[in-house]
Amino acid sequence: MLINSLFIFMLAGFIGFEVIKRVSPLLHTPLMSLTNALDAIAVVGAIVLVGEHKTTFSAVLGVIAVAAATSNIVGGFLITDRMLKMFKSSRPTKP
Amino acid sequence: MNNLAGSQTIIEIIYLIASALFILSLRWMSSPSTARRGVWAGEIGMVLAIGGTLLHEGMVDYTWIAIALVIGTIIGIPLGMVQMTAVPQRTALSHAAGALCVTLVGTAEFYLRSPDVPPFTMSVLSMEIILGALTFTGSLMAAGKLQEVLPQRPITYKGQNFVNLGFLAIAVGLAVYLVMHPGAKQVFPFMVGIPLVFGVLMIIPIGGADMPTVISLLNSYAGLSAAAMGFVVGSKLLIIAGALDGSSGFILSVIMSKAMNRSFTNVLFGAFGQVAPAAAGKAEDKTVRSATAEEAAGILAAANKVVVVPGYGMAVAQAQHKVREMFDALTKKGVDVRFAIHPVAGRMPGHMNVLLAEADIPYDRLMEMDEINGDFPQTDVALVIGANDVTNPAARTDQSSPIFGMPILDVDKARTVMVIKRSMSPGFAGIDNPLYYLDRTLMLFGDAKSFVSEIVKDLGSSH
Repeated sequence: MLINSLFIFMLAGFIGFEVIKRVSPLLHTPLMSLTNALDAIAVVGAIVLVGEHKTTFSAVLGVIAVAAATSNIVGGFLITDRMLKMFKSSRPTKP
Repeated sequence: MNNLAGSQTIIEIIYLIASALFILSLRWMSSPSTARRGVWAGEIGMVLAIGGTLLHEGMVDYTWIAIALVIGTIIGIPLGMVQMTAVPQRTALSHAAGALCVTLVGTAEFYLRSPDVPPFTMSVLSMEIILGALTFTGSLMAAGKLQEVLPQRPITYKGQNFVNLGFLAIAVGLAVYLVMHPGAKQVFPFMVGIPLVFGVLMIIPIGGADMPTVISLLNSYAGLSAAAMGFVVGSKLLIIAGALDGSSGFILSVIMSKAMNRSFTNVLFGAFGQVAPAAAGKAEDKTVRSATAEEAAGILAAANKVVVVPGYGMAVAQAQHKVREMFDALTKKGVDVRFAIHPVAGRMPGHMNVLLAEADIPYDRLMEMDEINGDFPQTDVALVIGANDVTNPAARTDQSSPIFGMPILDVDKARTVMVIKRSMSPGFAGIDNPLYYLDRTLMLFGDAKSFVSEIVKDLGSSH
């Protein structure tokens, strides 16, 4: 299980390098807000924590964690889209 | 039982689809024409993943999940609607929120599992907590500096690095102890608390000009801590998302530190401030030429090729919309106007591009440093607005300069250089800029926004 996880981490790391290397410097700010929103997928761990409600302590921490991550998801996607909408070319866009 | 195993498989398949969508999302960010599709892919993946998680077996409480999701949405909407000039501090805040989530989940997991935590799990859990906690306070500090709630100047004292590294070493030591004694619940709060303090101390000596590197580094830490959390809770999706975010932040930090010719360690442990007094002292005996807005407008209107070099000063003065008016006026006169963007211009990677795009300047007019540097000798006017160190020719020639070796925009090779600046006081890093004393340089003293709007006025009346 742990070895499987390490394999996934390594492969995803390499994919990340290859994909992100190709992102134009023009879009580095939206890239950062987008990866931030994607990273907030940590919300799934927090949701399970709240949903299972094993102890009050874990549920309380979970609620705060879900709220924090959700603010990143909503805010991150929103601002990334707002930024990307502003990038316009002076040439007609290619089909 | 059969039913349970079935729903577990469905969840895994949903996570698999979500992972693919996340990778596609970043893939489509490579160009502005497909980037918005990338956001949609990310959003769909996120909704699928959250929906799948709600199917998770053993869930007893949905009310508080719903409440937390609503609270998060209410906080998130204003964070998504901030002004474009506030994007760097917003980004720092969101790093803090992500790190907070990871730290809290890690803390809860520890108390649920202790003392029954296998060594490997405890190791990644410690990494999750240490990285998460230092990213949380570090990002809050960075946001405070960017919002200018905290002083932007680096604050340094003797033995600072020793103290900081000492804190980090203690935290790592506690982690090792916990790996060996996972039942030591009384030690755990210190492993959370000490990195929280370290995060604050780490950012204290960082100056505003180093923010692009630091924000990228914090981005990377946030991603790595999320990946570590993926190991702990056994979520492949989280490992993938964390690894993508971690490598993105890492690549950006490498680009940023290369653009400043500095190493990570130098950014984190070698504050710029100390060199200021010696370098600034010899400025007085040199003369500069200055010009009025009317003269500047005349020179610009007579030019064929103009390159504008924006910097953080343009953002502070909120001058980007006036710059766009100047761009329109000059373009109408047949002048070829382009913008030269240094990788570390502004306070985060890509900061200037976003501000200029907000002002409706077409992105194909925005040039990267390597694209435009060869064109400066054929450029009639280089107009520097609120940028300083990234145009300093001493970086090429003066070995004693603290920024020697840093790649710069070669504005000094343009036929005429015009620099809009408030006064002759040295820039943030306190380094004198020989560019200002060249014969071909004209200083335009004033606030960037009002000076550019005067130029626009004169351009309008001169035809």
